[in-house]
Amino acid sequence: MTETKGLTLKAAIDGLRAKTFSAEELAVAHLNAIEQARPLNAFVLETPEQALAMARASDARIARGEAGALEGVPLGIKDLFCTEGVRTTAGSKILGNFKPTYESTVTANLWRDGAVMLGKLNMDEFAMGSSNETSAFGPVVNPWRNQGSNQALTPGGSSGGSATAVAAELCLGATATDAGGSIRQPAAFTGTVGVKPTYGRCSRWGVVAFASSLDQAGPIAKTVEDAAILLTSMAGHDAKDSTSLNVETPDFASFVGKSVKGLRIGVPKEYRVDGMPSEIEALWAQGCAWLKDAGCEVVEVSLPHTRFALPAYYIIAPAEASSNLARYDGMRYGLRVDGKTLDDVYKDTRSEGFGDEVKRRILIGAYVLSAGYYDAYYLKAQRVRQRIADDFKTAFESVDALLTPTAPSAAFGLGDRTSDPVAMYLNDIFTVTVNLAGLPGMSVPAGLDEKGLPLGLQLIGRPLDEGTLFSLAGALEQAADFTARPERWW
Amino acid sequence: MAIDAATVKKVANLARIREPDERLEALAAELNGILAWIEQLNEVDTEGVEPMTSVVDAKLPLRDDIVSEPGDPARILANAPKTERNFFIVPKVVE
Repeated sequence: MTETKGLTLKAAIDGLRAKTFSAEELAVAHLNAIEQARPLNAFVLETPEQALAMARASDARIARGEAGALEGVPLGIKDLFCTEGVRTTAGSKILGNFKPTYESTVTANLWRDGAVMLGKLNMDEFAMGSSNETSAFGPVVNPWRNQGSNQALTPGGSSGGSATAVAAELCLGATATDAGGSIRQPAAFTGTVGVKPTYGRCSRWGVVAFASSLDQAGPIAKTVEDAAILLTSMAGHDAKDSTSLNVETPDFASFVGKSVKGLRIGVPKEYRVDGMPSEIEALWAQGCAWLKDAGCEVVEVSLPHTRFALPAYYIIAPAEASSNLARYDGMRYGLRVDGKTLDDVYKDTRSEGFGDEVKRRILIGAYVLSAGYYDAYYLKAQRVRQRIADDFKTAFESVDALLTPTAPSAAFGLGDRTSDPVAMYLNDIFTVTVNLAGLPGMSVPAGLDEKGLPLGLQLIGRPLDEGTLFSLAGALEQAADFTARPERWW
Repeated sequence: MAIDAATVKKVANLARIREPDERLEALAAELNGILAWIEQLNEVDTEGVEPMTSVVDAKLPLRDDIVSEPGDPARILANAPKTERNFFIVPKVVE
């Protein structure tokens, strides 16, 4: 075991059980890959000692016949998840050297099942960004490049470190979070599978809060089956999160490979937006054809309020963020910039600790929640949000799932879109509706554009119907036969 | 509802963020760009629509009001910038 290349999480589980290699060998191979991949800037903290200790404990459990579902599987953890005793920054300077004294429920579930932590993954600051460029640790670089070019591309955001680490095969899977597209868009930009489950499926306890009514954790993985295995472990009811749903977690992997014959798939006509590259149009049509070949019926549906989703999101998410981020006051943890008065300490700490995009969103949030504007902005947005959710409800009366592109473009150059916030926000045009309605969504790599960059298709399902999405994603994966990998340049 | 520099200053103060005076005009322009784009929402007829309060069909659970975790000052203070005995040390607020 010296190469991580081409090894899926499922194959690793099988290899560990068959004792083809040990958990320690598997961890070492990935730690070496991480060390060689530092130019990608995917990790903000490598935890090799912890990885080796966890891997050795896994080997001991495997020897005793006590292996858990993810025993010995090395994973990367987005730096939004609190990890006990291990620095957690949310990609921000304001958390400083914060070392949580507790473990997030999602990561605790993974460790319970035997997974091994390789380190903490880079991300946009407080998950606010679509290109990883708002990270206090500098942007992650996409392992993919345009053919014949050396230009550094974004892996997307906010879970850019997670997507890059999986695409460059530095880990067998990664945790990620998604408030508006932060799992699915980076998955599409890097040729990986990304799953945002139904709101409430995964506990938010111990996940640094951005927009609480939109945030959901989920996996990024190399294959649909791998993502299903990870989600089965991550999900589950948690009394410590009052929005966690008290429902059974099915074995999601059992849905992969199931027949999708007879399912009705909706294609929302409002997702045909101006200026979308023809290659993405063509890939979407191809996706419909693949699902028809697999026995699905494809019909057009209408989600009339689609174009209002992003403006509604950019009221609701900043409003929730400005409230959530009020806790960073320099008193109890993280950065403190000393000053003459209490107010000076607050202001200087927050001005120095937060980056520009975070400050921008806090200001918008504080404005739309302020006296006199609350009704016009915040309540209006929550009414529009209800309309958007109702659109989906109506559509799901006649179809079982929806198929759309994941993002309106392939990965773009680092620095190309930083000057115009609204242009950056438009990246999430196809994904943000799903968060506003609390639905499960998944991105599956489906093809390459003419420059050789990966493109993804998105499946959207009914609440708690991830199972059907995994079956459909499996069918798409099989038909697309997406085997392309980034050429190694790092 | 255009924002001017004075409004930015007021909102920044509410959010306890220090923005230097020379940044206020540029920030106002940026925020106006975003708010102008958000204005589209006024095109949506929301007559009779209740604002969404929960995205999933679930009632908030109730539990008994009992202490579930014991007090552990060392853990609570572990990340504090300044402490003394079992207290957070904060700047003086009363003379």
